[in-house]
Amino acid sequence: MFHPITTVHYLVLSAALLLVGTIGVLARRNIVIILMSIELILNAVNINLIAFSHYFQQVTGQIFAIFVITVAVAEAAVGLGILIALFQNKETVLADEVDLLKW
Amino acid sequence: MSQYYTSVDHFVLVPAILLALFGCAVLLFDFLLFPEPRQRKYLVWFVALGLVFTGGALWRQQHFLSVQKIDSITAFGGTLTIDGFALFFNWIFLAASLIVALISYKYLETAGEHQGEIYGLILLANCGMFFLAAGTDLITLFIGLELMALCFYVMVGFLRGDRRSNEAAVKYLLLGAFSSGFLVYGFSVLYGLSGSTKLAAIRMALESRGASDPLVILALVTVSVGLLFKISAVPFHMWAPDAYEGAPTTVTAYLAAGSKAASFAFLMRMFMGPLAPSRELWEPLLAVVAVASMTVGNFAAITQSNVKRLLAYSSISHAGYILLGLIAGNDTGVQGVLVYVLVYVFMTMGAFLVVAALRRKEMLGEDLEDMAGLVHKSPGYAFLMLIFLLSLAGIPPTAGFIGKYFIFLSLIQTGHYVLAVIATLYVAVAIYYYFRIVRSMFISPLTDRAPAATSLGLKLALAVTGLMTLLIGIYPEPFLSLAQNSLLR
Repeated sequence: MFHPITTVHYLVLSAALLLVGTIGVLARRNIVIILMSIELILNAVNINLIAFSHYFQQVTGQIFAIFVITVAVAEAAVGLGILIALFQNKETVLADEVDLLKW
Repeated sequence: MSQYYTSVDHFVLVPAILLALFGCAVLLFDFLLFPEPRQRKYLVWFVALGLVFTGGALWRQQHFLSVQKIDSITAFGGTLTIDGFALFFNWIFLAASLIVALISYKYLETAGEHQGEIYGLILLANCGMFFLAAGTDLITLFIGLELMALCFYVMVGFLRGDRRSNEAAVKYLLLGAFSSGFLVYGFSVLYGLSGSTKLAAIRMALESRGASDPLVILALVTVSVGLLFKISAVPFHMWAPDAYEGAPTTVTAYLAAGSKAASFAFLMRMFMGPLAPSRELWEPLLAVVAVASMTVGNFAAITQSNVKRLLAYSSISHAGYILLGLIAGNDTGVQGVLVYVLVYVFMTMGAFLVVAALRRKEMLGEDLEDMAGLVHKSPGYAFLMLIFLLSLAGIPPTAGFIGKYFIFLSLIQTGHYVLAVIATLYVAVAIYYYFRIVRSMFISPLTDRAPAATSLGLKLALAVTGLMTLLIGIYPEPFLSLAQNSLLR
């Protein structure tokens, strides 16, 4: 009755996460939520990497995933730091109010 | 040394180790040795020392390659490759970093934000660039890209009290992180297709798969999005004018020269390496992107009143020109890309340096009107700017002509006549907007009599960029043969 979970299932999940993340980046106004959506994209990558790593029975994909996690954390740290600098000067975290430079 | 870290590995990695160590040491020295803001300019000499040491390590590698008569040294089981291509780009990065370090202290002092961190960030970004040019493994390339990009996010937002700088950093960070998310998603698909992160193994796997496999197309598209974003090609160029305008001008110069050169090294590694088997798919795609970049870049530049923004659009169109060399794809085309990147780095940095020199405490000096009558006030800057602009437009005897010549030659050799005609026509458009700056400098009356900034570093940097722009134009042979020996195979 239940089929075993295969690599394809993971790939579909990761593609769905990529889609959700992309829509989040493009449609949301709040910069914090945009940063979270970018994290979703990177997690989609991690699921892909781990699924392939399991499929090939090797650790390369897991090592790559650890690097992706590290980079995601660094990016979030820098992103929030820059956002705080912006907030101190402008009192907003909404992307469409950041309009001093024309888009 | 163990089997995991052999002496060959060490020999290949030394430049990166030196850059990272000097980068961290600068951060430490900043508050241990030079607590006073006035002392921070000594850090510039420390950065220069680090870059000289790194240059020595690179020279040893270059020497080793030529003495042993081998094409490349691979290390860490194929994750890093030092070949002529990697060394060629690394020389460019070193030059760009040195120039930026030399001019940064005066500019940032004027802007009231002279912190020692900028020098650490310059060196660490250069370390990331090393991995982008020398990496032949997806993980290495990704880490190199992120190391460089994270440093640039911070440097773009370096003027913490300036809202334009904050905004530029936020926009660059959001779009940059978004695009590198797509890039690394493409990497994960490439890994899934081949079971390896080595570029050579991926290439073999993709060759056996055939070009029209849907997963190959997915990987190609996502990787292309990330790469084209980094070189600011249309339609992923939106960040460039904003980031270039809001960033401190010295950082803009580094962003336009170093970051773009590194991204082109990365792009060449990917498209000439693992993605080469699906050339029939990406060649028309890149042709459209290149033409769109030249169109948008050139036409949007016409109406700009901010010089930094104008140069940003011009750099978008230059990205289009450089892509044409990759589309032609023969040896002349690749040589054209290398020569064009070399030339582009010096001329575009030079142009931004002159803009940086006009910055004063109360005035940004970035508008076209701020340049009015510059020739009466500081003729040296005006004539240097003229040289850089002539070179950007591609007029002989400046270096820009040599770059464009090889790109056009390769297009004609490979029968891309339509692209060659379009590219030539856009040169005419480019001349128009570059000469708006020239007209402002030479014909408009002088409105603002306060003298432009000057410092030893600025003079040195302008002398180097101006000299190189003329030298490559007048006597290109050594540079052409260097590029000839640095082709990616």
